Amino acid sequence: MANDNEIIDNIANKEYEFGFVTDIEMDVAPAGLSEETIRYISAKKNEPEWLLDWRLKGLQAFSRTKLPEWQNFPLPKIDFQKISYYAAPKSKKKYDSLDQVDPELLATFAKLGIPLSEQKTLAGVAVDVVFDSVSVTTTYKEKLKELGIIFCSFGEAVREHPELVRKYVGSVVPHSDNIFASLNTAAFSDGSFVYIPKGVRCPMELSTYFRINTENTGQFERTLIIADEGSYVSYLEGCTAPMRDENQLHAAVVELIAMENAEIKYSTVQNWYPGDKNGKGGIYNFVTKRGICKGANAKISWTQVETGSAITWKYPSVILQGDNSTGEFYSVAVTRNKQVADTGTKMYHIGRNTRSRIISKGISAGEGQNSYRGLVQIGPKADQARNFTQCDSLLIGDRCGAHTFPYIESKNNTATVEHEATTSKIGEDQIFYLNQRGIDSEKAVALIINGYAREVLNQLPMEFAVEAQKLLSITLEGSVG
Amino acid sequence: MLIIKNLHAGVEGKQILKGINLTVGAGEVHAIMGPNGSGKSSLASVLAGKENYDVTEGEVIFQGKNLLDMSPEVRAREGVFLAFQYPIEIPGVSNINFLKTALAEIRTYKGLPPLDAKEFLRQSKEKQKLVEFDAKLVNRSLNEGFSGGEKKRNEIFQLAMLEPALSILDETDSGLDIDALRIVSKGVNKLRSSNNAFIIITHYQRLLEYIVPDFVHVLYNGRIVKSGTKELALELEDKGYDWLKEEAHENAATI
Ligand SMILES: Nc1ncnc2c1ncn2[C@@H]1O[C@H](COP(=O)(O)OP(=O)(O)OP(=O)(O)O)[C@@H](O)[C@H]1O
Ligand SMILES: [Mg+2]
Repeated sequence: MANDNEIIDNIANKEYEFGFVTDIEMDVAPAGLSEETIRYISAKKNEPEWLLDWRLKGLQAFSRTKLPEWQNFPLPKIDFQKISYYAAPKSKKKYDSLDQVDPELLATFAKLGIPLSEQKTLAGVAVDVVFDSVSVTTTYKEKLKELGIIFCSFGEAVREHPELVRKYVGSVVPHSDNIFASLNTAAFSDGSFVYIPKGVRCPMELSTYFRINTENTGQFERTLIIADEGSYVSYLEGCTAPMRDENQLHAAVVELIAMENAEIKYSTVQNWYPGDKNGKGGIYNFVTKRGICKGANAKISWTQVETGSAITWKYPSVILQGDNSTGEFYSVAVTRNKQVADTGTKMYHIGRNTRSRIISKGISAGEGQNSYRGLVQIGPKADQARNFTQCDSLLIGDRCGAHTFPYIESKNNTATVEHEATTSKIGEDQIFYLNQRGIDSEKAVALIINGYAREVLNQLPMEFAVEAQKLLSITLEGSVG
Repeated sequence: MLIIKNLHAGVEGKQILKGINLTVGAGEVHAIMGPNGSGKSSLASVLAGKENYDVTEGEVIFQGKNLLDMSPEVRAREGVFLAFQYPIEIPGVSNINFLKTALAEIRTYKGLPPLDAKEFLRQSKEKQKLVEFDAKLVNRSLNEGFSGGEKKRNEIFQLAMLEPALSILDETDSGLDIDALRIVSKGVNKLRSSNNAFIIITHYQRLLEYIVPDFVHVLYNGRIVKSGTKELALELEDKGYDWLKEEAHENAATI
């Protein structure tokens, strides 16, 4: 029991430490993006001079850049001056008990099989008794420490390991990369930091799920993962439960760095609020994710299951600099109602004998629009580089859309680039076949979808895969009339 | 078990079944033969509840209940099984997981708990043996890339697992090699009991040498134009369908 009390105390302290609850000033910070705001944020966080300078560079780049126009969906007007850039991270509504939470949300939690204690955290009920995940977190942290692994919030990393952060932040996604990356650079709230020392194989999946404060890191999250020579890490981002969030715009940045012989596996399950049936509300999820295989034989693998957000716009990419390095991208993106997903990857083959593999599975239902957009670039020195791309679209109903935009640029004629694409519909014959074996249409569709997405789901760590599978079924419930 | 009365059905306004009458009792095996396009598969589809068929007249009583009122999955759970003439491929869905799901649905409907993993595995092994179903196929994607014969055998493996009251086999013999035909027939014979019934659609009397039917019916132009015992199949093998077609047309003319 003493242990439990300690844990509760720890949480309380943590909240204080990060100023989530007590710092009332945060809530009154004026909306709008200006040098003043940035200086204010940086000062609030007690940041070193170099970080403030970098933020300001981001702000300058942001001010110079226009919103992109190449997308094939109407980009809603975003008033950047109306956003509060130092909102209290815990802007979600607080409830005293689960009774006050939207029953529909709870029903979804129940279907996903999320334990009651976690349901509370996710729904935004004041955390009081989440013993399980807290104790799990503490035991994990100790174990990781023994191995020299650093896994902490971005803010903590800036304080405790400034030399690492300074060396690598912005090295893969520069402050001027694109307008949303610039915005993030200027105004990022917090995020995660991981460092795996040489030769260390991280013994567990690192997950934001286990970090109490993570659901609240806000709309401009920043993640930096460094895998030193010969190390391995598997990182899980997000959570399969539908996160109610009042923020309209999410512009996160993720940077991965894999040194020689290192491997990073990064898995995402994204289920932000998609808006209602008529497309009202919902998150704009504009994320920049990029990794670099710096050394020879390095490997970076992105796996994503995207079911949420009103608009998802992201292209997790890999720069294959080291010889023999490998980049992978496995994606399932679901759109229904009026959701839009424009996602894909970029593989930059720079080193010799570099390999990349792209498996993209789009599923569109309702009036959802799903685009795959990918670039495979083979540089002049990338002898014997190889790429395989498979890009499948599945349509449910006839009001949705699937689009593919594969770009290939090759400057080396020893390279092999293969591209396969299919578009299919869930066949009535398939559903009838399953019906005839006693399976109702809803379940039949779920089976077919999960079968279709199998290749991608198989890339996810076991427990995550099970949840993602359930999530796909639930997301598409009622899509087949 | 099954009573079909004056069943009329069609697709997109095209009349295909034009007054089928057929009674199948528990423990019986009925064979349905007839020329291509006569409506055999259509009859099977209508019984299984395929949506694009419109029933315009008649009724079907299955174990005392109105079959036509039920959705396809409820018919299946009630015990109607159709071994498809052309089994469907479903990529990525493992054969065995699909069967587990199907069995669980049927058992839940009957108020039974799902089988535990061990018992399911035991039964699946036993039934695989019964139809000599290749163990490798059990874990592959449902029918994906299966050969014609493997698909047919998979249908009978599923039949053996789900133990339906009424099984309709639509040309299960076509595509099976001679050995497979014998094996599958042997399996079906083992599954026969006084509690279940079979409707076997076939073009070849050879199958009926293995699975001996109690009755043989000839479907022609949407009607059963002749019924008899297993000797009728031999006669058809010998004479073809022309004599029956003529008879049918004469009858139609006099009506
Ligand atoms: N969806 C459809 N649209 C139009 N006509 C159809 C449709 N389905 C079946 N038919 C027609 O109904 C008739 C009966 O077809 P059915 O498949 O029942 O024949 P069958 O007796 O099983 O033939 P076979 O021995 O060749 O398998 C055929 O003329 C066929 O073309
Ligand atoms: Mg047929």
